[in-house]
Amino acid sequence: MADQALNVDFALNEAQEMLRQTTRQFLADRVPIDVVRQLADAEAGFDEKLWEAGAELGWHSLAIPEEYGGAGYTFAELSIVLEELGRALFPGPFLSTVVMAADAILTAGTENQKQAHLPAIARGERTVGVALFEGPRGANLDDISMAAEPSGDGWVLTGTKTNVVFGQAVDTILVAARTAGGLSLFLIPSGTPGVSHEAVPTLDPTTKQAQLTFTNVSVGPEALLGREGAAGPVIERMLRLAAVGLSLDQVGGAQWCLETSVEHGKTRFQFGRAIGSFQSIKHRCADMLVEVEHARSAAYHAARVTGHEEELVIAAPLAKSVCSDAYGHVAGETIQILGGTGFSWEHSVHLYFKRAKSTALMFGDARHQRRLLADALGL
Amino acid sequence: MTDTIKAESAEALVGERLEQLLGGYDPSVEPQEFWGRQYDLGLAWVQFPEGFGGLGVSPKYQSVVQGALEKAGAPTWNRELNLLGIGMGAGVLAAHGTDAQKAKWLRPMFTTEDMWCQLFSEPGAGSDLANLSAKAVRDGDEWIVNGQKVWTTLAHIAKWGMIPVRTDPDVPKHAGITYFIVDMKAEGVEVRPLYQITGEAEFNEVFFTDVRVPDEYRIDEVGAGWRVSMTTLMNERVAIGSRAMPRGGGSMEAAIKAWKDYGHADPAARDELVQLWAGWEALRLTTLRANQMRKAGTPGPEGSTGKLAWADLNKAITAFTVDLMGWDGTLYPGGYVLHRPTEFESEGSPQRNFLRARANSIEGGTSEIMKNIVGERVLGLPGEPRVDKDLPWKEVPRG
Repeated sequence: MADQALNVDFALNEAQEMLRQTTRQFLADRVPIDVVRQLADAEAGFDEKLWEAGAELGWHSLAIPEEYGGAGYTFAELSIVLEELGRALFPGPFLSTVVMAADAILTAGTENQKQAHLPAIARGERTVGVALFEGPRGANLDDISMAAEPSGDGWVLTGTKTNVVFGQAVDTILVAARTAGGLSLFLIPSGTPGVSHEAVPTLDPTTKQAQLTFTNVSVGPEALLGREGAAGPVIERMLRLAAVGLSLDQVGGAQWCLETSVEHGKTRFQFGRAIGSFQSIKHRCADMLVEVEHARSAAYHAARVTGHEEELVIAAPLAKSVCSDAYGHVAGETIQILGGTGFSWEHSVHLYFKRAKSTALMFGDARHQRRLLADALGL
Repeated sequence: MTDTIKAESAEALVGERLEQLLGGYDPSVEPQEFWGRQYDLGLAWVQFPEGFGGLGVSPKYQSVVQGALEKAGAPTWNRELNLLGIGMGAGVLAAHGTDAQKAKWLRPMFTTEDMWCQLFSEPGAGSDLANLSAKAVRDGDEWIVNGQKVWTTLAHIAKWGMIPVRTDPDVPKHAGITYFIVDMKAEGVEVRPLYQITGEAEFNEVFFTDVRVPDEYRIDEVGAGWRVSMTTLMNERVAIGSRAMPRGGGSMEAAIKAWKDYGHADPAARDELVQLWAGWEALRLTTLRANQMRKAGTPGPEGSTGKLAWADLNKAITAFTVDLMGWDGTLYPGGYVLHRPTEFESEGSPQRNFLRARANSIEGGTSEIMKNIVGERVLGLPGEPRVDKDLPWKEVPRG
């Protein structure tokens, strides 16, 4: 157990402040809530032009090293974008492509694989879906049982993967399967013969999902990411980064909810008073602020220790558990404060409420994260 | 002078004074004597003017001073010892005191020769502090103070007390208050221990019967006492809120110890333990972040949530710790002994800490009042309508 916590610097430098401003401005201009709603109604669930525009702003390349076409910054910079995307309910496979797959390729890929994929991800020319689990409880390595058999110098994959986020729209799939050598990862084009997808309706319409079926999918040796049987630690790291990425998305969304509640408290009048003057509303808002600030601290801390695995095993589940609980509660409180309006289809808060629950359950819920945290702390 | 030159000369000045204080530091020097030298060299609170324990430079250099003192192994516990003086009273004198008042009180406060206490709460004025009814009536160059204060920490040890009293009952409550420094050893001041839920008496009741206070002991204008009280409370919240703590420290340490000592393994209890741990850690990180932002000169809302969060978490963690002890949790080691601690007692059995924690959401501003403050000052929500705002104080119903 790391008794000595790694203390990080929370303050943003000028360039980071600038990144936050330009990101927020771009999202306000190009991805206002009406656009989010349109995309939520469409099958693909995201807009390739927006995806490319985000990449042009540099979002995708931030945490990719310069030698692979990236900007060579760190997760701290990427975290700013992730928070703003959550605030705007940005729909798209950003987490799976830029946070999860890019890191896995960087961590485990061969030099050829890095050259083949990372510059494309940095330029916004690649979307990757991460296909790990095979049922509703999927959160651990034990939940992966799909097989990959050797065939010639390549492999044949057969099985079904559930809950692949944006699996119906991505061009590349990072899929986990077991070989004789153990747990392995394969990176394959979505259009490979034998791969079929079935979009499934989702609770959160800004986060699409598909079930992927692999029927005797034949792939070459270059599809194996790194070494056969060595994917366990890679996937575990990917799950930790997913937890951090989702935490930041949750902080952004929770902050929007808090601001919306406060604004309503100032402008909604009942009994001749702004309802925010009632302690029943004011105290709820104060409680929400405490939760959001705690969530922010946990997420920002985690985003600054992604390069320190022994701290990340604590920081990632801490962030995901704290932020999931905070976002769920704050979004629910916002509906309550908005009253009937909050329950309506017309107001946007339901989209935040849905994203709060969806992000909480993805890749291990708060209870699961607390089990991981307890293990890491030796409790 | 440009800012850069100013900064360089300030740094050089602080360095030079530190060299004078710590060059050839002799650990056998009595702490009070050391603190006196620290004060005289302007290193007590560097942002104060020269001659009053400061150098008139940016307060950020105080952390340089603290770092150097700690590194040299010099005594630094005067602040903790005389927290109400150094942590709060000094700020009040700096903002509102005359030079004569600063000269009289600051040095012996800093050296801890004179301990200080804060006489705010009354039986009829808790959350509604401005409703206070202890009063002072002018008599020539003196004021005559009568009334009762309560929940006064260290009143039995203190030499000086900070006291807001009513000097004009005919105006609305905030306007009729004046702030004094009162000699706690003066005739007519009676201090009685106030025994609390744990059997200890950390606090006192203080009775004032015709206590004469010279007008030179008045802080700021007659009727300006509310403003001075607010300065005091702001200093208090900074003093309480910014305490750093190690990961898993404080009450969490006892919870983890009980978890291990009693051989727990139940998954539901484990989840609860880790949930508390996570909340405690998020609080710690928020305190760190708030301190960093404050130092960087960009304080945000993260600096205002600490006390609220801490109170709830500390109550929950200390209660959970007793739960983990089973039948042992029903015992009270040593029994309830009515006694009066001579200094802050922060340690105790888990059962004692469980009881003591109930005060966390009451002392130094109840959580309800803190939520009003956060809601109104941080989030900008409108205030509660106040029925007593424009009424003369004497016409406001109370009880």
